[in-house]
Amino acid sequence: MSAVESAANAVREGRATAAVGAKEVASRLEKAAALNAALSWSAERLDAEASRVDGATPSERAKMPLAGVPIAVKDNIVTTEQPTTCGSRILEGYVSPFNATVINRLRAAGAMIACKANLDEFAMGSSTEHSAFGRVKHPDDPSRVPGGSSGGSAALVAAGVVPAALGSETGGSVRQPASFCGIVGIKPSYGRVSRYGLVAFGSSLDAVSTFGRTVDDAARVLAAMSGHDPLDATTIAQPPLVLDPPRRDLKGLTIGLPAEYFPRDLHQGVRAGLDRAIKAVKELGATIKEVSLPHTRYAVPTYYIIAPAEAAANLARYDGVRYGQRRVGPAGDLRALYQATRGHGFGAEVRRRILIGTYVLSSGYYDAYYRKAQQVRALLAEDFRRAFDTGCNMLLTPTTPTPAFKAGEKTEDPVAMYLADIFVCPVNLAGLPAVSFPVGRSEGLPLGAQLIAPNFAEAKMLSAAAALESAVDAAAEVR
Amino acid sequence: MTWETVIGLEVHVQLLTRSKMFCGCANKFGAPPNTLVCPVCLGLPGALPVPNEQAIRLATQAARALGCTVHTRSIFARKNYFYPDLPKGYQISQFDQPLATGGTIWCESPERGRIGIGVTRLHLEEDAGKSLHDRIPGKTAIDLNRAGTPLVEIVSEPDLRSPAEARAYLTILKQILVYAEVSDCNMEEGSLRVDANISIRRPGDPKLGTKAEVKNMNSFANVERALIVERDRQVALLESGGRVEQVTMLFNAASGTVKPMRSKEESHDYRYFPDPDLPPLVLTQKWIEEQHAALPELPEPKRERFMTRYAITAYDAGVLASERPVADYFEAVVGAGAEAKSAANWVMGEAMSGYNETGRFSVGAERLSKLIGLVKEGVVSLQAAKRVYPELVDGNEDPRAVAERLGLIQVGDADALGAWVEDVLAANPSEVERFRGGEVKLMGFFVGQVMKKSGGKADPKAVQPVLVEKLKN
Repeated sequence: MSAVESAANAVREGRATAAVGAKEVASRLEKAAALNAALSWSAERLDAEASRVDGATPSERAKMPLAGVPIAVKDNIVTTEQPTTCGSRILEGYVSPFNATVINRLRAAGAMIACKANLDEFAMGSSTEHSAFGRVKHPDDPSRVPGGSSGGSAALVAAGVVPAALGSETGGSVRQPASFCGIVGIKPSYGRVSRYGLVAFGSSLDAVSTFGRTVDDAARVLAAMSGHDPLDATTIAQPPLVLDPPRRDLKGLTIGLPAEYFPRDLHQGVRAGLDRAIKAVKELGATIKEVSLPHTRYAVPTYYIIAPAEAAANLARYDGVRYGQRRVGPAGDLRALYQATRGHGFGAEVRRRILIGTYVLSSGYYDAYYRKAQQVRALLAEDFRRAFDTGCNMLLTPTTPTPAFKAGEKTEDPVAMYLADIFVCPVNLAGLPAVSFPVGRSEGLPLGAQLIAPNFAEAKMLSAAAALESAVDAAAEVR
Repeated sequence: MTWETVIGLEVHVQLLTRSKMFCGCANKFGAPPNTLVCPVCLGLPGALPVPNEQAIRLATQAARALGCTVHTRSIFARKNYFYPDLPKGYQISQFDQPLATGGTIWCESPERGRIGIGVTRLHLEEDAGKSLHDRIPGKTAIDLNRAGTPLVEIVSEPDLRSPAEARAYLTILKQILVYAEVSDCNMEEGSLRVDANISIRRPGDPKLGTKAEVKNMNSFANVERALIVERDRQVALLESGGRVEQVTMLFNAASGTVKPMRSKEESHDYRYFPDPDLPPLVLTQKWIEEQHAALPELPEPKRERFMTRYAITAYDAGVLASERPVADYFEAVVGAGAEAKSAANWVMGEAMSGYNETGRFSVGAERLSKLIGLVKEGVVSLQAAKRVYPELVDGNEDPRAVAERLGLIQVGDADALGAWVEDVLAANPSEVERFRGGEVKLMGFFVGQVMKKSGGKADPKAVQPVLVEKLKN
């Protein structure tokens, strides 16, 4: 039984209280302070979360699938009790007057919001080194990064502080840190989960996503918050996700291996981890099929046009006029207010992306960049569609090209950092669901593989991932 | 040398919805600053827009009322610029795929007669907030109540050839939009705003001259004034060998002048791109037709119907059809039984002056129809009826009862008339002498005197035979 299920069952059946669980989380958060993974939390706040669950009637509690389950929340998802900083100076101290839809749904399901988790500023980064509040450390090796941008959430789950956490993906920001930290990360189909209250980065790509130590943990949290939201016009009018019962084999499934995700120079350990997963796929009775996604090489450049373009507009609201930090420039006029507020409030990576995004949308450059990128995006989606239409139920790929890298290794080379997302960002461009799960360790560092499924095929994808998860020994070193 | 003026207009119209374009906040004017706001229209982190169906409905109706094609698929786009009253740093608008294109507005040009002015496009967007420069000394205050108010922007072709035509176009445009109950088009409250593009060229020149944009006009009269001033400026410039620069001119109503905006304020690259928060706006043709069918009869067809159905003049039909309450009242009066021509005269006369003062018709159509009937039946004279009318305002007394109470029922009885006639003849012996001497045109004088003596009660048609009889003696 998974950690989420057993914790919720204990509280639902009256064998445990949320209050005791809250105290335990508080003490674990305190012990894990060195990770710098939690930005804001308090014991009082946790007690209040617990009393909402413990104060419910037994019949109410019986209907709570996440009764008393503590969940860490990436700090770009708004909550009314704690600040929502997005890891940025510009929103330091900002407290939202409303809760995100996912927060309301998780609380209705009995979950406790344990803390707000550190992240790359405005979710821009792959290492959680771009937080204005300091980098997050990898739980297994503090000299390394946990991945990003949802590195705080990933580290808290990997360190055992919470059984599950919310992150957000724009270009792999949950699967990539899940892979680095040796846990599970699920990115749902675009439109499956409400974005209302997720601070926008690349609106056509953003998806609230979940972490757990097992597929089941992450899937239960996802299911509880999924479904149409009248406050988000891009959610799909579909009922909430209903999980399939776990499966013991993969008989009757065809799993595609896209050649572009297995280059000759792929990291040896990563390659060995995938071999282990492929072997398990075969042993579980699925058919393996080699496929091609020919436009994959254009995914990162396409992503780095579309995401910054949307980000440049989404971040225009941080102007110092209404909320957040304000700086009045030397000239004292409006332009100086904007320059000082935004110049000091945003970190270098955010400013870089705003500049890129502004450039690619500029008059005279729009067709060459933004329009072209949208066309390529359609081709990338078409690649996946063709693979699924020609017999693949799912695709299996490495999640990341390497295991967790050293802090500082890529901060001076933005393009190297961007390439850390080479296997994850195509999924966001295509709007598909995907799950990363651990498949082993290389020199002590976790390795991940991902399953990619057709739109809204989460249930099938997650039951397959759970079968693979129990078939591979993720703790064992690959050879 | 002569110049041809070329004008195109961009009109922003606020829609009469209960709530804003992308959130549930009330859409209304005059509330205390920043009280009609929520996370969505404040642009708070994490908030998302959801389109208002009623706004789409009204925009569709407006487009159809202007003869536009409404597209089954249109795209919301972000128009990016920084300004303190623009909470998100972009305005949600429509750009290369607007809701509607290709309409025509027919209006009466003082110079060219009836003209059809092309409507290039009509698109949906949200309004910005307001910067208040006079509330706090030395500071600019921001009121975001208006932020997110649904707007349609209606862009005309450069088909207008004079400032007077621009005014005529706006008058008809407003008439149609008010009729369709799409907007109240109140310029003082800013629910209709006009930006004008104007250039001049030699007649016959196929190429357009360099245009200037004129802004900040708060009435149709001022649009005309501003365009005259700007046209004259351009003519003077070109005739003295200068060149027109592409500029934005601000009109100052107090001085009646235009002056260029600082160029920094207008050098925008709006970087439009499709808003990823809003899926394409997809409408079915059936839905579009339903909205069209729900439109009321519009002024132009109504005017034509009034002419043929009620046999009234084009002028009268035009006046009666110009506003829906007037047209509805007129038809109610006729519907209650009044003869159409008389009804038209009463509605455009007594009733209209009351309407212009109070904004409503204060005599029920049924009672006005009865009063008109009394005149027709000869129960009261037209003059007497005009004395009855004010007594009917905001009351419910029967018109005949009022006429009786005021003693205005016409008297046709020869005996009663005989007494008044004798009094009049006795009081005017010299006129009697002259009449008897052959000056028959004095008959009118005598009739008038009798009417006066009777206090309007005498039936003029019955007076004459009595006079003739008495003057014989």
